Amino acid sequence: MIDIAGTLRRGWQQLIAHIDFPLLFITLAIMSVGLATVNSATWDSNHRMLSQAGNMGIALVVMWFVSRLPPQKLMNFAIPLYVFGIILLVAVFLFGIKVNGAKRWLSLGFTRIQPSEIMKIAMPLMLAWYFQKYEASLQLKHYFVAALLLLVPFALIAKQPDLGTALLVGSAGFYVIFFAGLPWKVIAGLMIAAGSAAPILWGMMHDYQRKRILTLIDPTTDPLGAGYHIIQATIAIGSGGAIGKGYLNGTQTHLEFIPEKHTDFIFAVYSEEWGLLGNAVLVFLYTLLIGRGLMIASGAPTLFSRLLAGAITLGFFTYAFINMGMVSGILPVVGVPLPFMSYGGTALVTLFLGIGMLMSIHTHRMLVKK
Amino acid sequence: MGHFANPEADVDRFRFRLGFAAIFVLLAFGILLGRFVWLQVIQHDFYQTRAEDNRIALIPIVPNRGVITDRNGVVLAHNYSAFTLEITPSQAGNLEATIDALASIIDIQPKDRKRFKRLLDEAKNFESIPIRTRLTDAEVAQFAAHRYRFPGVEVKARLFRQYPLGEIASHAIGYIGRITDRDLKWIEEAEKQANYKGTDHVGKTGLEQHYEFELHGDTGYEEVEIDAGGRALRSLKRIPPVSGNNLSLTLDAKLQEITEKAFGDRKGALVAIEPSTGGILALVSTPTYDPNLFVDGITPDNWKELNDHPSKPMVNRAINGAYPPGSTFKPFMALAALEMGKRTPSQAISDPGYFNFGNHQFRDDKKGGHGMVDMYKSIVHSCDTYYYILANDMGIDNISKFMGSLGLGQRTGVDLGKDDGGESKGVLPSQEWKKQRFKKPEQQKWYAGETISIGIGQGYNAYTPIQLAQATATVANNGIMFRPHLVRHITDTRTGEKRPIEPQPIRDLQLKQQNIDVIRRAMVGVNKEGTGARAFAGAPYEAAGKTGTAQVFSLKGAQYKEGSTKKELRDHALFIAYAPADNPKIALAVLVENGGFGAQSAAPIARMVIDYYLLGKLPAGAAKEDSAAVEEEPEE
Repeated sequence: MIDIAGTLRRGWQQLIAHIDFPLLFITLAIMSVGLATVNSATWDSNHRMLSQAGNMGIALVVMWFVSRLPPQKLMNFAIPLYVFGIILLVAVFLFGIKVNGAKRWLSLGFTRIQPSEIMKIAMPLMLAWYFQKYEASLQLKHYFVAALLLLVPFALIAKQPDLGTALLVGSAGFYVIFFAGLPWKVIAGLMIAAGSAAPILWGMMHDYQRKRILTLIDPTTDPLGAGYHIIQATIAIGSGGAIGKGYLNGTQTHLEFIPEKHTDFIFAVYSEEWGLLGNAVLVFLYTLLIGRGLMIASGAPTLFSRLLAGAITLGFFTYAFINMGMVSGILPVVGVPLPFMSYGGTALVTLFLGIGMLMSIHTHRMLVKK
Repeated sequence: MGHFANPEADVDRFRFRLGFAAIFVLLAFGILLGRFVWLQVIQHDFYQTRAEDNRIALIPIVPNRGVITDRNGVVLAHNYSAFTLEITPSQAGNLEATIDALASIIDIQPKDRKRFKRLLDEAKNFESIPIRTRLTDAEVAQFAAHRYRFPGVEVKARLFRQYPLGEIASHAIGYIGRITDRDLKWIEEAEKQANYKGTDHVGKTGLEQHYEFELHGDTGYEEVEIDAGGRALRSLKRIPPVSGNNLSLTLDAKLQEITEKAFGDRKGALVAIEPSTGGILALVSTPTYDPNLFVDGITPDNWKELNDHPSKPMVNRAINGAYPPGSTFKPFMALAALEMGKRTPSQAISDPGYFNFGNHQFRDDKKGGHGMVDMYKSIVHSCDTYYYILANDMGIDNISKFMGSLGLGQRTGVDLGKDDGGESKGVLPSQEWKKQRFKKPEQQKWYAGETISIGIGQGYNAYTPIQLAQATATVANNGIMFRPHLVRHITDTRTGEKRPIEPQPIRDLQLKQQNIDVIRRAMVGVNKEGTGARAFAGAPYEAAGKTGTAQVFSLKGAQYKEGSTKKELRDHALFIAYAPADNPKIALAVLVENGGFGAQSAAPIARMVIDYYLLGKLPAGAAKEDSAAVEEEPEE
């Protein structure tokens, strides 16, 4: 007799063998909130909920595949992906298409890609690989090399100009270096240097970037331009109150006062309709996500997987913090989507590449120990 | 620097840093939550009030599109204000019921409902959407009497594009239509999307498309106070729009009209150029269409009729139709022979009426041949045998090189359409071209026999009428070639300053004047004693020309219906000309599809055009009334 039930069960177990359920449930929870909010944000015209659900499906499949690759395999991708990313970034610099005054896209004829997106994954992968390689003989000079590996793509992306993505990529790399044991003295030195370099940085900035910082300090100086975003988003959040105006009832949202409301400013939509309560739930979900990620990092068996898991997790934190910070008016507007919430397929796939890697690191840890 | 190679210590240190990171995360999220409490609890009343007072909507004001006029100031495209009946969906309640009720007092057709539905899908909730356009005064009055019954419905004045001359010059002017996703991409790539807020229409073809960003103007804004339902209460501030720039053309509308009439119901094209500048005087492609059909969104029936019509009225034959040049190719061949030293003017052949090559006989039109033929006679009487031999002596690549320098088989860069999308290249055959064109090795090889029919403008040759006109103008202008263009100057509505479009010399072919003189003398001979003599009999000026007849069988049959009548298999008639011969003011190329001999059907059109342009003489029987009043239905 063929044991059908047994075969099915084994097949199912095989299928979910590398899924980390806490991580999966947390992300599904955030995505459900996101999907509902995308629906509200695009309620009045060009509905996007189904399209976003499709993006989520694709992203989950990507996650499943990545979770099955053992970390040793992931290491093999480090150099090719990083080099590939650098080549594409140089190509953007040379032949990129200008959209809205920034050269971020590369045309492949049938579609366009944004190579800086690849770097969000390639950067931590590359640096984690690098520190793993020199684990036994780590010296100060290795931190310098790592910093160089970080600065090249950072500069290329910042030059596009895309300060938001440059910060994300730069921070992902910095987290690896930090977890690899960059001495505190050096960190302190860097912070002092950064503080004193601020005026120089100010001189190097593009006009629109300066304008964003100035309008952050006083949004009313430019109420119809850059300040408009911040003012309207802040009004949306503030008027949401403790429990919100109710789903689909946000006046700021539905009277079209919130710009880019299904992408970068989706948090304003959510916050207006669900209030402080909703915000607390969302921040709690992100805290759970980050907590689970840090646990995985803590239990990871090799330096590579520790560094990678730590950096990816803090990456999620950075996205969420910068986005909510800019929408609520305590950080400059830099064009960072809210992870698992904002509309957009590319960003979701990138996020789930990260989730898949975390799952891979966690579910393969025993195999390594043996 | 510490000790790095202790795994246990490393893991401990890593975990310590993880803990540090965790505290950092909690702190950062704490700050965020603090901010939320500040905004949503402590400052809530303030923001609540602001949200309620948040009644300032920015409503874009679409600028007037620039006006297009001909060289004499005749208006070819302008805007007129008309009343529309518009519904604001957020205020109107049940839309179906509202429209049904409206239909009882104002005529609303199914196509109006269809358009409304389409616009509704694209629009934002608080924007008003037209259900009817171009209301009559009676209809406006009728609605006013019933206004109280229809919340959210109002009469508005909107601007509509109009082409007063209707079908005349439609292929040059083009038309505007509703913005599609593809247009939007184009606008975004040009970084103009901010300026297109509120704009519904964009240039789709012709000048309207090429000069889109000149014609559009700068969008203005009105700051409007609205209530909680999105209803506009009062205007607070108005930043007026700036109208689009006006185009003044080199085109002569009357000449254009006369030319289009001269074609009658025949299909074809004519391009007339001022040789010393490249300014286009007339650009005709028949049949034409009425661009006014597109402005309001063309109805599916009209669109189907225009698109499926066998004579293809939507194709701009002047720049998109590629035709074998036939014998109009001969003056250029002769010029090439002189320049390359392959012939002298007096060198003559004895023409038996055919040329044998291998085991194939290439026949001349005239049985028994033309006798002794020198270069002058070869052009005047259009002797084929002379050019069979010449082509064979020159070889395909020499021919291709010279014709390429004359601009044949290349886009002229005329200011129509978007980028190069508006214009065809045609075919300039060469060995290299054949290699690229065909896949199989045996097809890729160029056979010497194929060169011979190229010599009389048959074979793979295929050029657009505008290329032929440009080449003719270049000969008329002694080898200095200009980019053909339609716009003479652009008037900046902001400053009132006129920006001339400077004539752009593409290149000086550096031809020997004595060689050009030989060709020009022979082309004058054509109209005096040769194939063009009948058409130009009694002309008070001296004109140069060359007739041509292109065989249709070499055309790819696709554009003709199967079971076509005999007429559709007849040869295409061509004629190139310029006048006055000693100081050319106009150069042109005419093509009449299935017109038979060039001398019979194409040359008389050229005569009419030149007569009008140089003498102001109207063709016999031409309408004398104001051209603006004339609008005709397309011929079936």
